[in-house]
Amino acid sequence: MTDAAAASSGFWRHAAHVLRDNPVTGLAFALFVLIVFAAAFGPALAPHDPLASNAALALQPPGAAHWFGTDALGRDVFSRVLVATRLDLTISVAAVALSFLVGASVGAAAGYWGGWVDAVSGRMIDTIMAFPLFVLAMGIVAALGNTVENIIYATAIINLPFYARVARAEVAIRREAGFAQAARLAGATDLRVLALHIFPNALPPMMVQLSLNMGWAILNAAGLSFIGLGVRPPTPEWGIMVAEGANYIVSGEWWLAIFPGLALMLAVFTFNLLGDGLRDLVDPRRRT
Amino acid sequence: MSVLLEIDDLAVEFSTRRGVVQAVRGASFRLEKGETLGVVGESGSGKSVTSYALMRILDRGGRVTGGGLRYGGVDLRAASDREMAALRGREIGMIFQNPRAALNPIRKVGRQIGDVLIRHARATRADAQARAVAALAAVEIRNPEARYHAYPFELSGGMCQRVVIALALACDPRLLIADEPTTGLDVTTQKAVMDLIAGLTRARGMSTILITHDLGLAAAYCDRVAVMKDGAVVETAPAAQVFAQPSHPYTARLMKATARPGASLRDLLPTAAPAPARPAPGAPLLVVEGLEKTFADGVRAVKGVDLVVRAGESVGLVGESGCGKSTTSAMIMRLLDPSAGRIIFDGQDIGAIPAARFPRDPRRGAIQMVFQDATDSLNPRFTARRAILDPLLGLTSLDRAARAARVAALAAQVGLPPTLLDRFPHQLSGGQKARVGIARALATAPRLLILDEPTAALDVSIQAVVLNLLADLRAQLGMAYLFVSHDLHVVRLPCDRVLVMRDGEIVEQGDAETVMTRPSHPYTRSLIDAAPHPPSPANTPANTPADTPVETPPCAI
Amino acid sequence: MAPAREAAGVMGGAAPFAPPPAPSAAPSAAPSAAPPAAPTALGRWLRGERLAGDAAAAAVSARAALRARALMIFRRVALAIPALIGVVVVSFVLTRALPGDPAAYFAGPAADAASIAQIRADLGLDRSLPEQFLVYVGDLLRGDLGQSISTGQPVAEELARRLPASLELTLSALALSTLVGVPLGVAAAARQGTWVDHACRALVTAGVSLPTFFTGIALVYVFYYLLGWAPSPLGRLDFLYLPPEPVTGFYTIDAALAGEGETLRGALAQLALPAITLALFTMAPLARMARAAMLEALGSDYVRTARAAGLGPRKVLFGVAFSNAMLPVVTTLGMVFSFTLGANVLVEKVFAWPGVGSYAVEALVVSDYAAVQGFVLAMAALFVALNLGIDLLYTLIDPRTRSAQ
Repeated sequence: MTDAAAASSGFWRHAAHVLRDNPVTGLAFALFVLIVFAAAFGPALAPHDPLASNAALALQPPGAAHWFGTDALGRDVFSRVLVATRLDLTISVAAVALSFLVGASVGAAAGYWGGWVDAVSGRMIDTIMAFPLFVLAMGIVAALGNTVENIIYATAIINLPFYARVARAEVAIRREAGFAQAARLAGATDLRVLALHIFPNALPPMMVQLSLNMGWAILNAAGLSFIGLGVRPPTPEWGIMVAEGANYIVSGEWWLAIFPGLALMLAVFTFNLLGDGLRDLVDPRRRT
Repeated sequence: MSVLLEIDDLAVEFSTRRGVVQAVRGASFRLEKGETLGVVGESGSGKSVTSYALMRILDRGGRVTGGGLRYGGVDLRAASDREMAALRGREIGMIFQNPRAALNPIRKVGRQIGDVLIRHARATRADAQARAVAALAAVEIRNPEARYHAYPFELSGGMCQRVVIALALACDPRLLIADEPTTGLDVTTQKAVMDLIAGLTRARGMSTILITHDLGLAAAYCDRVAVMKDGAVVETAPAAQVFAQPSHPYTARLMKATARPGASLRDLLPTAAPAPARPAPGAPLLVVEGLEKTFADGVRAVKGVDLVVRAGESVGLVGESGCGKSTTSAMIMRLLDPSAGRIIFDGQDIGAIPAARFPRDPRRGAIQMVFQDATDSLNPRFTARRAILDPLLGLTSLDRAARAARVAALAAQVGLPPTLLDRFPHQLSGGQKARVGIARALATAPRLLILDEPTAALDVSIQAVVLNLLADLRAQLGMAYLFVSHDLHVVRLPCDRVLVMRDGEIVEQGDAETVMTRPSHPYTRSLIDAAPHPPSPANTPANTPADTPVETPPCAI
Repeated sequence: MAPAREAAGVMGGAAPFAPPPAPSAAPSAAPSAAPPAAPTALGRWLRGERLAGDAAAAAVSARAALRARALMIFRRVALAIPALIGVVVVSFVLTRALPGDPAAYFAGPAADAASIAQIRADLGLDRSLPEQFLVYVGDLLRGDLGQSISTGQPVAEELARRLPASLELTLSALALSTLVGVPLGVAAAARQGTWVDHACRALVTAGVSLPTFFTGIALVYVFYYLLGWAPSPLGRLDFLYLPPEPVTGFYTIDAALAGEGETLRGALAQLALPAITLALFTMAPLARMARAAMLEALGSDYVRTARAAGLGPRKVLFGVAFSNAMLPVVTTLGMVFSFTLGANVLVEKVFAWPGVGSYAVEALVVSDYAAVQGFVLAMAALFVALNLGIDLLYTLIDPRTRSAQ
C-alpha cells in the first residue's frame, strides 16, 4: 500500500471510530449533514413558493396544508424557514472562512516571527477588541452600506481577533519545540517549518474555535438582520423572520417567530457540538 | 523497635476510559519507627500510587481494592474522611515533585504554613505567624521573617522545596513521605535538600519513606530499600545488601543498569557483550574558538568557550542547568547565531552563515542532533517513518525507492521493528521514541552528532540500552559525538574526553577517567561529590566474557 | 490593554530572595544552584541572579511597595490610552466612510449644486481628512457628538439621557448571571458527574446557542401571553406609574430611595423579563469558565499539597481552589461585557426599553449616521473603561501581576 493510500484509509477508520466513540459527536454530524442538505436543496424541496403572498391565507396556524402556518402576507412559513437556511449558512460560512484565513495567517506570522509583525498586528487586533463586537458590526454596516456583502465583511472583521489570538498563542508555543528544531535540521527554511510543521499542529485547537465561531457568526448575522441591517424583506432569512414575527407574538400568533427562531437555535447548537468532534478528527493524538 | 506502618498486600486500581488498570497488585512492606525506607522503581511501577493510597488522596477513578493499611495500629482503610484529614499533616507529612507548583501561587508562603498550623490546632491566629516563621527557620531558610511574606513565584526551586518541607513538617508528624522530592533540581541543590530532610528527620526521630527512581539517592539516604516492579514489591532488604547482593533478578538488572563509578558501558547491560570499539580520534573536525552569546535582554549565557572535537571522538560537555551548555550546542548546531567567536567545521567557518540560512546549506546534513525529550522532538502528526524520512526529503536527492530503503536500513540499525514505523509518537514507548530520534539523526550520515541529554527522560534500564546503542553506532559509522549532559556519571561512560562548564565558561577539561577520578577544579569536585551513586560494583555479579557477537538489543522497551 | 489576558507569567522586578548556601554541616561549599533557566529576564530572575544579597531582599519598605503599586496602576491606565485613540480613529474612519455624498443627503432632493456646496462647506466636509480629524477630536473633547438628523437634538445629550436605562438593564443582568452562573460552574466542578454537572453543561450549551432576541420573544410569549405573569413588554414602567425622583436614573434604586413601594414593584416587574433574557445569554460563558477553571484548580499540585497537609474539604475548595479559579473568571468578565453591550441592543428592541441601544436601532432605520456613530463611540469608550477596571481588579487578586513591569 502506498503511503498516501494507507494514510487515507487510516483516516476514515479513525473518523468512523470518532463517530462511534462519542454519540454526541455523531448526532452533531448528522444534524450538520441535515443543515447542509437543507441549504443545498431547500429551494427545490420547498412545498410552496417562499415569496408567494396570499392575503386570504394570512396568519393561519400550523396545519396540514402549511406545516409551520402562514405569516401576515399569507406566505408559507415552512418554505421560508427552509429556504432561509441557504442564505444564513452562506453568510456565516463566508464570514468565518474569511476571518479564519486572514486571522490565522496574521496570528501565525505574529507568533512565529514576533517583532514588528507582532507589534502592528497586535495593535490592530487590540483596536478591534476595544469595541463591543456587535456594536462594531453595527457601525461597520451602517458606514459601508446596508447590503448582505457588508454583513459578511462586518462579521468577518469582528471574528478576526479570535483566530489571530489562538493562532499566535499556538504557534508561539511550538516555535522552539524539538520537532520544529528537528525540521530545521532536516533542511526546512523558516517558512516551511511554520507552514508544514508548526501550523498543522496548531490546527486542532483552532478547529474548535472555528466551529464555535460558525455558531456565533450565524447569531451575529441574524442579530444584525433582526435590527434591520443587511437582509431586506421579502428575502427569507431567520433573523428578519423573527423580527417580523415579534410583532404578532403578543397577540398569540406564535408560529411566525418561534419556528425561524428554533431553526436558528438548531443550527447554532449543531455547530457548537461539532467543535469537539472536529478536533477529535483532526488531532492525531486521539487516534488509538 | 515498634512498627509504625504496615502495608499488606495492597491492591489499587484505576478505572480509565480504556478499562480498569491495576496500578498496584499485592504490595507489602513495613516501616519501623525512626527508619528511612526507600521505594525504588521505574515509571509505572506503582511506587507513587502506593503512597497516595496510603494518604487517601488518590485521583478520581482510583480505588483501593484490597489489602491492609495500618498506621500506628490504626486501620487507615476503615478510617472516616474526617479522621484521615486529621491524620494528614499532623501524623503523616508528604512532599512532592515540582515544589513551585505545589504551593498556592496567590498566597504568601508563610500564611500557607500558618493555615496548616491552625488547622491542626498547633497555633492560634495570634501566634500563627510566629510559629510559621519558626517552621521556616527549621528548614534553614535565611531571614525567615522576610521570607514569610514571599510568594512562590519570588522564590527559587530549592527555596520552594524548603518551604514545602516546612509545610509538611510544621505539625511534627511522625512519618514523612517524600515522593521524588529532588527530581528537576540541580545536583547540588538536590544534595542540600536531601541532607536537610535527612537531618531533620533524624533529629526529630521521624520515619521516612523516600520514593525515587534514582538508585544512587536511595543508596545514600535509606536504611532499607523496597524495589517495585509492575505494581508489586519484588525485593525488600537493607540498602547495602540490595545493592551489593540483590536476590531478585529484576533488582539485579536495575543495579547493573545504573551508572556508577568503575562500571563500563557494557556492564550496564543485562547480558554481557564485548566492549564497543573506540575508534582512534582523527584530525580535528570541529574547532570552536572564543564562542560567546549575549541575549537581547543582556544575559551573557556563553562567555568565551573553546573546544575541539576530533573525527571519531566522543566528547562530553557537562554542567548544571543554566551553565550555557545547551546554548553552546545550539550555536554549534547552527540553530542559534553566536554573538562572537568562530565555529569551524572541517576547516570551514560555518559560524559566519546565519542560522536562518543554514538549513539550505550543503553542510547541514553533516551535523545532526539527537534531542533530549523525544516526545517534544517528534512531530505529533508524523508517523515514525515520516519523521525519519524528513531529513532525506529535505537534504538528499534520493528517489522514492532509495529513500524507503534507507528508512528501513536505519530502523534496523537502531533496533526499531518495521511494524512500529507506521505508528504515531503517542503510540510509542519512551525507548522507542528515542530510537526514532536517533534514526532520524543518522539519516544523512552525519560526521558530527550532538546529543543533548538523550537519556535524561528515560528509565534507567532503557538508558543503559540506548547508551550502548549509541556506542555501537559510533563504532560502526565512525561519527564524532558531542554529548551534552548534566549527569557526570552518565557522560563518563561513552565519552573519551569531558569538558566541565559553569556560568558560560569551561572550567575543566581532560580525559574522561581523569576528570572523574582526579578532578583539578573545585567545582568539578563538588559536582562529583554531590551526585549520589550506588556503591561501586566490588560485589556485583561479575561479567562473564562473551563469545556472542555484538547484537542490537531487542526493542521490547 | 486587551480584555483577554495572554498567558499568565508576568514577572516583575520585586526583590527576589537569594537561595541560602548549603547547610554548614556539608563539606561542599558550592551555593545552591538555581532551577532550569531560560535565557530570558524571567529565567535570570528565577535564577536569582539580579540580587545583591539578603539585605537588599529584605529591605522592601512599605513606602517603596506603595510607590510600585501606584506606578503599576499608572502604567495600566496609560495602556488604555492607545486603545481609546484607536477607538476614536476607527470611529472617525467609519463616519467618513459614508457611501455617497452626505452633503447631498442633507441638502435634500430639491437642492442645486450651489446649495450642496454650501452645505458641504458648513459641515466642514470640504477640508482635508487630517483637518477633519482634528475638528472631530476637538468636538469630542467638548462633548459634541454631532446632531441627530431625525430629532435635531445633540446626540451626546440624548445618549446621556438614555444611558441609565441601559445601565440598569445591563448591570442587573450581569449581577443575576454572576450570582447564578459562577456558583453553578463551581458546583459542577466540585460534583463532577452528578446532576449539577449535567445541568451546568446543558445550560452552557443551550446558553451559547440561544439567540438573545429569540429568547426574549419566547419568554414574552410564555410569561406574558400564556401565563400572564409578566407585564406587557412596553418599556421600563407601566404608564400607570410615575417615574420616581431621579437620583441615579435607575428606576428601581430611585423608587427604593423615595420609599415608593408600588413604583418599585412596577419597575422590577418590567425589569424582570429583559434582565433574565440578557442574563441567560451571559450566564453561559461565565458558568463554563467557572467550571473549567475550578476543575483545573482542583486537579492542580497545590490543591494536592493542601489535601496532603490535612486541610478540610471546604477549606480546600473555597480557600485554595476557588480563589485561584476566580482569576480566569475575572478575565472572562471582560469578554462577557463585550457580548452584553451588544446583546443589550437586541433586548432593548424586543422589550421597547428606552435605552441607548434602542436609540441606535431607531437611528439606523432612518440612516441617522451621527447618532449611530456617536453610539458606537460611546459604547467603545465605556468598554475601554470597563476593561481597565477589570484589569485593575485582576491585579488586586493576583499578586503575580502587582509589580510594575
